[in-house]
Amino acid sequence: MASRLWASKAASYLKISTFNFNRGFASVVKDLKYAESHEWVKVDGKSATVGITDHAQDHLGDVVYVELPEVGAAVTQGSSFGAVESVKATSDINSPVSGKVVEVNEELSSSPGLVNGSPYENGWIIKVEISDTNEVNSLMDSEQYSKFCEEEDNH
Amino acid sequence: MRGGLWQLGQSITRRLGQADKKTIARRCYASDADLKKTALYDFHVANGGKMVPFAGWSMPIQYKDSIMESTINCRENGSLFDVAHMCGLSLKGKDCVPFLEKLVVADVAGLAPGTGSLTVFTNEKGGAIDDSVITKVTDDHIYLVVNAGCRDKDLAHIEEHMKAFKAKGGDVSWHIYDERSLLALQGPLAAPTLQHLTKEDLSKMYFGEFRIIDINGSKCFLTRTGYTGEDGFEISVPSENAVDLAKAILEKSEGKVRLTGLGARDSLRLEAGLCLYGNDMEQHITPVEAGLTWAIGKRRRAEGGFLGAEVILKQIADGPAIRRVGLFSTGPPARSHSEIQNENGENIGEVTSGGFSPCLKKNIGMGYVKSGLHKPGTKVKIVIRGKTYEGSVTKMPFVPTKYYKP
Repeated sequence: MASRLWASKAASYLKISTFNFNRGFASVVKDLKYAESHEWVKVDGKSATVGITDHAQDHLGDVVYVELPEVGAAVTQGSSFGAVESVKATSDINSPVSGKVVEVNEELSSSPGLVNGSPYENGWIIKVEISDTNEVNSLMDSEQYSKFCEEEDNH
Repeated sequence: MRGGLWQLGQSITRRLGQADKKTIARRCYASDADLKKTALYDFHVANGGKMVPFAGWSMPIQYKDSIMESTINCRENGSLFDVAHMCGLSLKGKDCVPFLEKLVVADVAGLAPGTGSLTVFTNEKGGAIDDSVITKVTDDHIYLVVNAGCRDKDLAHIEEHMKAFKAKGGDVSWHIYDERSLLALQGPLAAPTLQHLTKEDLSKMYFGEFRIIDINGSKCFLTRTGYTGEDGFEISVPSENAVDLAKAILEKSEGKVRLTGLGARDSLRLEAGLCLYGNDMEQHITPVEAGLTWAIGKRRRAEGGFLGAEVILKQIADGPAIRRVGLFSTGPPARSHSEIQNENGENIGEVTSGGFSPCLKKNIGMGYVKSGLHKPGTKVKIVIRGKTYEGSVTKMPFVPTKYYKP
């Protein structure tokens, strides 16, 4: 618990220093929805595609490994379903929606760098069958997310 | 404990800063303004340095190049690091050698003037207080550099013993070089680049050697050493000349030597199999367990006379219970605190540093395992987020070192 506490305090503090270097504008995609933990989701009816944002991959740096869930696994909004490893850091990937994993991007096993090179397309991570479409309403749109990133960077 | 994406870029600070957890935790309440800045701070920011808190200092974790690019460029061309957060000091006086020998495991008396070595400051139990590169400048002058995160405790430790030593009539005093900055120039272009800036013939200066010479018009302490496994130098320069020296180095290399931050420095030292104090070496780890028995001079093994000598000499005789080893692993990169198991799934130790090697393009790590399971080729399992992955014990360094030796 102590380390958890320490980590969260460190994080809120470190955010100030880590992000005050403005790396320019990361791209966002208009029709996607975004979570505060920097994942995007593309919703089409009950089907959702999930990945991490350009802003996220930019801060992580060279992605060297993506830990994928099994097809059929249950995911919960705001909870971790996998992890992305860069040279610099390990980060959880949280699901922006609840549901069941119906497909994972197997290409990431051999080419994890797709997450850097094409975060919104070839670097997608999982596809989910959404259990509660209302959850999507709690996510940010592209405009809100851009603002959110800007504030985080210049905090 | 690892973060979500919202903690991006911070893990390394945590990883590198473990030595100083309490300090950092305390500083978390403080503001940016409390962080110390090196003489190169504005230069870093102007060059795109991404500044992070590290051991109480605001230091660049990387610049515009990615950590992967910076790591590879250091080995192909060269890197310039600001390491002014580290603490350089001199011990002077006719008894400085016997004084230091009470605190470290090195055969300081046996060093030729102008040469140095990696050594370990030990405590009464034989554990490591810090690792440090020491140089015998002359018989009555020792120059050393200690870790930023250990500065306060190291200086307090040295001071306490110095008081007692002087009270018994010993002649030793110190000077802490807060008026100087430390730059590390590493990689194959380090020597040719630096040669443009000094008249001293660097081809005659070998790994571990030390000179006080004029570089780019100012009096510098030059040590042929580093923390990357490459040939290179650490240059102690008067702080008012530090920015000019950094600019001159970059310019003379025609842009091939690149500014490099703490992120790549960590990858480079890991590839070179070098310990990070606070991760791979701590208060309860002895130099023997850490695989640094080579740094304990022959005479010191015979005579002892340093803190914790009984424990350390017994471990040399009987063998330590645990040993630091190198690891290759599959799956995600193993990070510090990942459990290491034998093939039957029984706990045999813990990873202390790990990551993806930019040069080898695979996962490397180091950690401690029970003696007997430390031999290269031993199959192990590494537990990462509840899943086990195949790994094996391997020799270090992972990337061959290129120290300049005669």
